[in-house]
Amino acid sequence: MKIPLKYTLRNFQSRRLTTGITVIGIAMVVFVFTAVLMLAAGIRKTLVATGSTENVIVARKAANGEISSIIMNDTYNIIMSIPQVAKTADNRPMATGDVVVIINLTKIGTSGGISNVTVRGVSQPAFQLRPHVKVVEGRMFTWGAREVIVGSSIFRRFEGAQVGSTIKFAGDAWTVVGKYEAGGTGFDSEIWGDVTQLQDAFNRPGSFSTVTFRMASSDQLDAINKSFAGDNRLQQFEAKTERRFFEEQSEFMSIFISALGIFITVFFSVGAVIGAMITMYAAVANRTVEIGTLRALGFRRRSVLAAFMTESIIISLVGAAVGLFLASFLQFLKVSTLNFGSFSELEFSFTLTPETITSALIFAVLMGLVGGFLPAVRAARLNIVNALRSA
Amino acid sequence: MANVMIQVENVSKAYRRDSFEIPVLNNITLNVNEGDFLGLMGPSGSGKTTLLNLIAGIDRPNKGTIHVGGTDIAALNETALAKWRATHVGFIFQFYNLIPVLTAYENVELPLLLTSLSKAERKKHVEFALGVVGLSDRIHHYPKQLSGGQEQRVAIARAVATDPTLLVADEPTGDLDKNSAEEILTLLDRLNKEFKKTIVMVTHDPRAAEKAHTVRHLDKGELT
Amino acid sequence: MRILKLMFKNTLRHKLRTFLTIFGIGVAVMAFGFLRTVVTAWYSGVEASAANRLITRNSVSFIFPLPLAYKDKIAKLPGVETVSYMNWFGGVYIDKSQFFARMAVDPETALEVYPEFIVAPDQLAAFKNERNSCIIGADLAKQYNFKLGDVIPIEGDIYPGKWEFVVRAIYQPRDKMVDGTQMWFHWAYLDERMRQEMPGRAGNVGWYIIRIKDPKDAAQISEEVDKLFQNSRAETKTETEAAFQQGFVAGTGLIISLLNFMAFVIIGIIMLILGNTMIMSARERTKEYAVLKTIGFSGSHLTKLIAGESIIISLLGGGLGIALTYPIVGLFSLVVPKSWFPIFYVEPMTLILAGSSALLVGIVASLFPIQRSLRTSIVDGLRFVG
Repeated sequence: MKIPLKYTLRNFQSRRLTTGITVIGIAMVVFVFTAVLMLAAGIRKTLVATGSTENVIVARKAANGEISSIIMNDTYNIIMSIPQVAKTADNRPMATGDVVVIINLTKIGTSGGISNVTVRGVSQPAFQLRPHVKVVEGRMFTWGAREVIVGSSIFRRFEGAQVGSTIKFAGDAWTVVGKYEAGGTGFDSEIWGDVTQLQDAFNRPGSFSTVTFRMASSDQLDAINKSFAGDNRLQQFEAKTERRFFEEQSEFMSIFISALGIFITVFFSVGAVIGAMITMYAAVANRTVEIGTLRALGFRRRSVLAAFMTESIIISLVGAAVGLFLASFLQFLKVSTLNFGSFSELEFSFTLTPETITSALIFAVLMGLVGGFLPAVRAARLNIVNALRSA
Repeated sequence: MANVMIQVENVSKAYRRDSFEIPVLNNITLNVNEGDFLGLMGPSGSGKTTLLNLIAGIDRPNKGTIHVGGTDIAALNETALAKWRATHVGFIFQFYNLIPVLTAYENVELPLLLTSLSKAERKKHVEFALGVVGLSDRIHHYPKQLSGGQEQRVAIARAVATDPTLLVADEPTGDLDKNSAEEILTLLDRLNKEFKKTIVMVTHDPRAAEKAHTVRHLDKGELT
Repeated sequence: MRILKLMFKNTLRHKLRTFLTIFGIGVAVMAFGFLRTVVTAWYSGVEASAANRLITRNSVSFIFPLPLAYKDKIAKLPGVETVSYMNWFGGVYIDKSQFFARMAVDPETALEVYPEFIVAPDQLAAFKNERNSCIIGADLAKQYNFKLGDVIPIEGDIYPGKWEFVVRAIYQPRDKMVDGTQMWFHWAYLDERMRQEMPGRAGNVGWYIIRIKDPKDAAQISEEVDKLFQNSRAETKTETEAAFQQGFVAGTGLIISLLNFMAFVIIGIIMLILGNTMIMSARERTKEYAVLKTIGFSGSHLTKLIAGESIIISLLGGGLGIALTYPIVGLFSLVVPKSWFPIFYVEPMTLILAGSSALLVGIVASLFPIQRSLRTSIVDGLRFVG
């Protein structure tokens, strides 16, 4: 015979304050847990979406990021000669050698700190390779001119990055002629210009940071890697899909944030579990007579155990719901941080995924189970006679 | 010529429960002399406990005045009233109300902590009080190690520890069996006759009423 | 203070509950201490900065080099004691997760501008004499079991190719605030190879380190240095070392905010746990408090009693938490390579904050029960069944 749910629910009403406090404690833990996961997911999502699975990006094997990779012109030509590089309509390689550097710009706003911003010199095919990049305001830069277009995130947040202004770097003034949007990916946090102009300005004639090209047909990565392994001149370099490359750029950050966040949240959860335990023990102590009565009426020990465990789990689920609800508002926040992978600013949003929600709920239920278990056991083990007498 | 100890004049009291006003005492006038032993009896809800509470200074009347030992206690503020209670009244409850985490000795010592007596002086008072109630051999026991009658005796010792002139008792034998009740009443009698304490006692118990000098009845908030 | 005994006894009333509360607070305070230690480790670069050191870098960003020729011009400025320079080498040792700082330096001046790196004179001489030698920090040596004479192979990325360096000196960090995981080698060795392989990149340094005579001159000298190179191909930005380090930290401001936010949440949770316990205790003792009032205890007595009990519990919890912080920090240091978090220890400020938070929580958690006990009249309290 099961103890009716009504019993559990009405009991909440009579101990509103301490129940409420326990719910808030669990909600706080769930909120922090979820926020951390959302942060890590947000970084990953932005960067993963940056690259396509149809493009391959080549960088120096030892390089810790695009800015520390160097590919000389002759290597570029060798790469262009491998058969897996797709061709454009006029039979030229659909490839771009990019020069990637970092410049400092000042943030708009009260703190006005300086930040690292990625500047990418590209060649014409870059826009075919990355079709999600579209100029939305002003115009595209003129090839051969000291002109740049800025990504929407930089446009919004940095001084001097508006259409018509000039940015000074490499001993020259570069005119911002347009703003582009890149669908909320990593490219939104960059500034693009003509690669030859940038090579010249940065005194890097004939060298690129990375080379990106479209695969002639999909799934040729293995073949490409074989070509690389087989050629002496290409052994210092490796090819990855663009998606995988940028995903890796986010790995360190998101693993770091997740690990740190979860490590700490586990501590919080111990605190919340203890709070839940205290509340549940008090609940049991206060209903000793009732429990004795229920048992005298014929309800079995396991029903008593189940009733109290249910109570505990309901508390934690309500707490989880509150925590998740509050955390979901974070999705409206756009935040930016220094991405360790690229060493420059990356803007992203907190992303709430179904996996995160599931994890949070499981976590909460675990807290409820652990917190409610011992008190529920105590309730179930009460001796009927003693319990009735304790009035 | 007996001195008047307690002067209750035209006192009325009503309780508020949510938005209802429940009248409990209606225009009570009562005098108690020094050394009196007064019993208050009446049916449930007659207001006898309320009257006791007012005299002991743990509640305030809505109308009227109460003078105890010459002091208008209804006019005192909370802090002054607390101080007054500490030295002028000893309260004995039906359910003893001892602090469970304190020993008998420590329970009796409680009111003395509010005075400026030194530790040694307090010890004398405590031992004396426990001696009077006949519990010198159990001073380091906790309430749960004592029987009901013994607990009540500790409570009485606590009530007399600061040597107050007035003792107030609310159904002191209500929870006790016949023999323990008898012991407690004998003790109260002794406190009244030997130690000259003025006692006001609320009771249902006719045996208890017998020990009192005077018995007044309360019914529906009025003295008869 | 006579009621101190009653306070203590009150906490022992429900031993399990009191124990759980103290333990819960202890864990939370430990998490707080750990968090703060992570945050302070983040700022350790800023903390370790010297007031008399300036950093001059390319004004576009630090990934662009400066010409070596600038050195003499800077050295001539009044107030400048020593000028040194470094290049960030980067590269990979074994695999990308083996991270530690690798830099090309000027052996003659590097240790002059960083006196907190302490080297035995004979080792210093050996380092200076050999072109392909390197000097490593004692903590790095311990992490990888490097000894004098070992060869460290690095695969270059910014400076491509295979490189090998012989350990000729090991420096001791002056105190625990100094990074002991760095590896320095000869700038000339780097430059020589660049001249052979990528001549366009030779003759360039990453940044200059300027030791000035008087920290008060920092702002003025910074301006003068930058003026020297205004309108040139490589304009400079000179700032105090602290400001330079702060720039790195500022980039990850979001993470620090997150950590600080978590620290607040923890304090909130502690308050909830303790508040919960105090409310329950106070509720159960409603009748008792009324009895105490009857005996003559005043509102202020009760306030002290309740607050006292709350503070005792919170301070015990805080003490437990502080005691636990050390092992947790120690565990973290064991698990995470020292070169990732070169400075990682519990600062005195962290202890002070943890302790005062515990005290504050003890006070705040008692407010509601105190208010309740003051508001409840004696008569209502005696009647309470709860």
